Formats: sequence, C-alpha cells, structure tokens
Amino acid sequence: MSKTLNRRDFIKTTSATTIGVATIVSGITLTTFANANKMPVTNEKRWGMLIDTNKLTEADIDGMVSACQQEQGWGSELHSTGNQKPGWIKKLKVRDKATGKISNLALMCQHCEQPPCVDVCPTNASMKRKDGIVLVDRHLCIGCRYCMMACPYDARSFVHETLSNQKEHMPRGKGTVEACTMCVHKVDKGEAPACVASVNSDAVIFGDLYDASSKINQTLKTIQSAQIRADLNLNTGVRYSGI
Amino acid sequence: MSNIRFEQIEGKSLGFYTLVAGLGILVLAALGSVYYMEHHGHFVTGMSNRIVWGVPHVFALFLIVAASGALNVASISSVFNKKLYKPLSRLSGLVALSLLAGGLMVLVLDLGRPDRLIVAMTEYNFKSIFAWNIILYNGFFVVVAVYLWMMFERRMNKFSHTAGLVAFSWRLILTTGTGSIFGFLVARQAYDAVIMAPMFIIMSFAFGLAFFILILMASYQWTNRPLGDVVVNRLSNLLGVFVAAVMYFVAVYHLGNLYLAENTGVENFILFDGGIYTKLFWYGQIILGGLIPMALIYHPATKGNRSMLGLASVLIIIGGFIQLYVIIIGGQAYPMALFPGKEILEGYGGVAQYSASLPEISLGIGGIALAIIAVTFLVKFLAFLPESLADDVADPHYKG
Repeated sequence: MSKTLNRRDFIKTTSATTIGVATIVSGITLTTFANANKMPVTNEKRWGMLIDTNKLTEADIDGMVSACQQEQGWGSELHSTGNQKPGWIKKLKVRDKATGKISNLALMCQHCEQPPCVDVCPTNASMKRKDGIVLVDRHLCIGCRYCMMACPYDARSFVHETLSNQKEHMPRGKGTVEACTMCVHKVDKGEAPACVASVNSDAVIFGDLYDASSKINQTLKTIQSAQIRADLNLNTGVRYSGI
Repeated sequence: MSNIRFEQIEGKSLGFYTLVAGLGILVLAALGSVYYMEHHGHFVTGMSNRIVWGVPHVFALFLIVAASGALNVASISSVFNKKLYKPLSRLSGLVALSLLAGGLMVLVLDLGRPDRLIVAMTEYNFKSIFAWNIILYNGFFVVVAVYLWMMFERRMNKFSHTAGLVAFSWRLILTTGTGSIFGFLVARQAYDAVIMAPMFIIMSFAFGLAFFILILMASYQWTNRPLGDVVVNRLSNLLGVFVAAVMYFVAVYHLGNLYLAENTGVENFILFDGGIYTKLFWYGQIILGGLIPMALIYHPATKGNRSMLGLASVLIIIGGFIQLYVIIIGGQAYPMALFPGKEILEGYGGVAQYSASLPEISLGIGGIALAIIAVTFLVKFLAFLPESLADDVADPHYKG
C-alpha cells in the first residue's frame, strides 16, 4: 500500500518531530548547566588577589606568566608581532620617581567593581559576574575594541589571527577580545587561579575579599595595600602591597 | 526670486560613467581589503593592542562627523528660515545620508567580527555610548529620509519645518554621541574631556560644509547648470566662520589640558615633542587645515574666487582628517599613566608605533567612494538639484 504525503500530514509530522527534538535538546542543555554549576554565583563572595611586590621575585612573575599561558593557551601565536601579541598577564618594572625604589609586579585584569570595559561594551559581551570576576562573552563580542580603549590597565588583548587547538574551557577566537578570567573555570571548582598556584611563597594570595576568615581579608586588614589608579575609584579586585 | 525647479541630472555622459566606474573600483578594492583583513585577521594591519583603533576609524569618524555637518545647510533653511538656503536643502540631506553610509561601512567592516552585526543590532547595553550611537546612526537615516520626503512631496511641504527641526536636534545629539566616544574615556589622558562633544559638533559644521560646497560646485560645473555668486559667497563666508570656530575649540581644549598636571605629558607630546604627531598637528591641522583656508576665504586677493574656495574646502577636509588622526592615533600612541608618580622601566609604556597598512587605507577610501557614488546615482534618479542657482533665481533679494 502506497501513501502519498499531503501537505497537512507533512506539517503534522514535522511539527511533532521538531517539538520532540526541542524537548530532548532543552533537557540536555538544562542537565549540562545543572551539572556544571551546582552552586549559583552570588554577590556574597567577591574574588580578589593580593600581590606583595616586596616578596614577589622576578622569577615568580615569569612563572605566573607561563602558568597563565599554559592554562589558557595563549602566547604561541604565529603571525602577530610586537604589540599585536596577546598579554593576559605581564611583568612590569616600575621606579618611584622620588625614592628611586624599583618594584616588580604582575599586571592583569584588575577585576574592577565598576569596570569601564563593561560600561562601554555595546553588546553586553564584557560583563561582570556577581562574584566580581570580569569576563568577555566570546559569542557576543563583535570585536569593536571599545573596551580596550576604556581599560585603564592595558589588560585586554585582541586576537589578531586564526587560532587552532584552543583549550576546551577557553574558546579563544580571531576577531574577539580577551583578558584574564581569574581562571574562573578553576575557581568554580574550588581551585586557585593558575598564576597564584605557580607561586610557592605567599607573595600572591587569592580568596574571597568579603569572607572575614579568609587569608586575603585578614591580610588586607593588617597591611597597607594599594589599588592601581585608585583615583579612578573603580574598586579593583586585585590589590598590591609594597608599591 | 522666481520658483525653484528641481530636476534630475541627465547622467548619460562619458564623464558620468567614468566617475561611477572609477568610484566602483575603489569600493571593490575596499571590499577586497576587508576580505583580506578578515580572512587573515588583524595582524596584517598596522593596528595592535596599543593602537587599537587605526586609520579605518579615522576615515569612519571623519565621514560620520562630516555627515551630520552636511545637513546644516538644510537646517539653516528649515529651522532658521533662511530662504537662500532652501534650494540647497535636498542636496544637503542627500550628502548627509551618503557620508554617513560611507562612514558606517568603514566602521562596521573593520570590526573583528563583522558577521556578528546582528548582535550589535539586537543586544544593547544602554550604558554604552557605542550602543547609543548605533541607535542614533540608524535613526538619522530614518529622520533624514522622512525630512527629504517632506521636502520632495508638495503636499507634505508644510511639515518640512517640523521635520527639519527634528533632524537638526537629532544631528546635534548624534555628534554629541560621536564626540563622547572619546570624551568619556577616563583611562586615557588625551581624551576624558567633556569639551570633545561640542568640539566634534563644530568640527562637523566645518567638514560637512566643505564636502557640501565641493559636491555642489562640481555637480553644477559638470552638468553646465548656472550657479550664482550669491549662493557660493554666502556658503564661503559660513565656512570661514566654522573653521575659525573649530580653531577656537582646539585652543580651549589644549589650553585646558595643559593646565592640568596629570595631562601635561600627553599635551607636550602632541604640541611639542611628539615627532610625527606634533608635525601633523601644527603643519597639517592648524596651518593646512585652518590658517590657509581662512586666508583663502577672507583675503581680498582670493575672496570670491571659486577655485580658491574649492582649494580651501579640500584643505579643510585634509586638515580635518589629520585632526582626527592626531586625536585618535596620537591619543593612543602616548602611553596611559598607569602609575602616576612612578616611571615604568619595563613591560609597558613608550610611544606605540603605528604605520597604516594598504588594506586599512583602501577600506577608508572605499567609504568615501561609496558616499560619492550614492550622491552621483541619486541625483540622476531623483530631483535633488535645482535646475538653476543663478543669482536671479536663488537670491530672495535679487534686484536685477
């Protein structure tokens, strides 16, 4: 027995299939999300870092840079030259004009409470999580680079070439902007960011700035620390002592 | 003043087709450059993480600023009711739309991901000046198109005053938005000055009028239509005033910056020891784009001479382009003050180097070509240009 498919049947079958597939797919997506984020991100925490430039050696900083490169998979770009190369974290040597004191420090995204990059981003690709981590959504970034114009810390890089073999947790891509993510993929699993873990001393402390029992909170209460460009009133998540 | 008759240009001459073909090649070259840059990535350009915005942005912002200024001629007629400008209104609206289209083409095609334009049109962060500008630019097309319709359609003429007022207000807000792209950047010492918004408005007056005068004179010359001295001289005087006003704003901006200790570094860089940027500022922006055009417009020996007015307009455009180059590239080349009171020995700092690559320049020129192509085609298909702008036709106070 042969049956010709008329238009009504066709619509019925296709609709049924579409609804079926959509239900299954949305189920899968929901399950995946639930698995990845057992605990929702809240503003009860504020992740931060304290870098003590008196304790941090130049070798420590080099180690932090290479740990970041290895973890996030940047730094082996083939075509980008000079200032086109990405720099999620970099080593800076600064000299005080009055005293002549030289300090070495690691500079990366300062994870501001009031981030200028988030303010200027036209598409909401630059965003701040509730726990204070500033990120770029690679699916919304159109590559306008306004955030790079707005960042007072030269912390962001633009991907100038085609990339391959990206890390699974870090979908870097040509034509979008990137920066330190404070290793959010590790932090969400309860681990420390790669650069922090690479330093053997307590020259770099990572933790919840709000948690009165955390080491970073207690240290910040007792020592004198500074924010870079504190005059801009951005309330950075990364703090420094010794500068 | 007799009735103004608008008529399409014939657009069948060899010259017309040569012009369109030549401009078409420039647009194609621009598209080729875009393909090249997008395919390889921005490493093939001179831009970097320090010079984030390059020559494409200079072209794009120049065209966008000029676009809003080109509408002024229509505004003077509709909003301020000056009859002499009325026959020029339609062309003014057309030049404004065309320049904006050219500028936006350059801006959009330089994005890292131009394929995601739909994201820019659907995801808005209302705190972002850029997001506001997307709305302002799109709105400008609509507002000016409606305004042109009111002017074209006799039954709608009575609304052209209101439409003109809306368009005039819109363009002032639009240029405020363009200037604020830089004016609100707290991070960079060269920007972060609210005066940039009004300065961009007055720049738009000058650059837009210079474009308008060139297009007006060229189209009347090439189509053998009469263009009287009354119209030309009035526009010439206006242009001179606008150029003087730009120079005033530039002076206030730099003096204001020099006064603040935190900005003296970048000011000294631009004004005195910035190498190419200092040369461009003084020779290009101030002398070539300001003092010489003013002399050509006002000096008795050259006043009233159309070739000299044409030359002055070209110089204002070149000077304006240089001004945006100094603002955009020069402002980024000078390092940000990361540690006030400290000197950075390694890792950041120094003057960033930039040399524009051919594809970047080609993209920018393509934007200008697109604007001129749009004007050339539309004056052929719609009646934008009065058949005559001879003094007895155009001058409301003509005593023959």
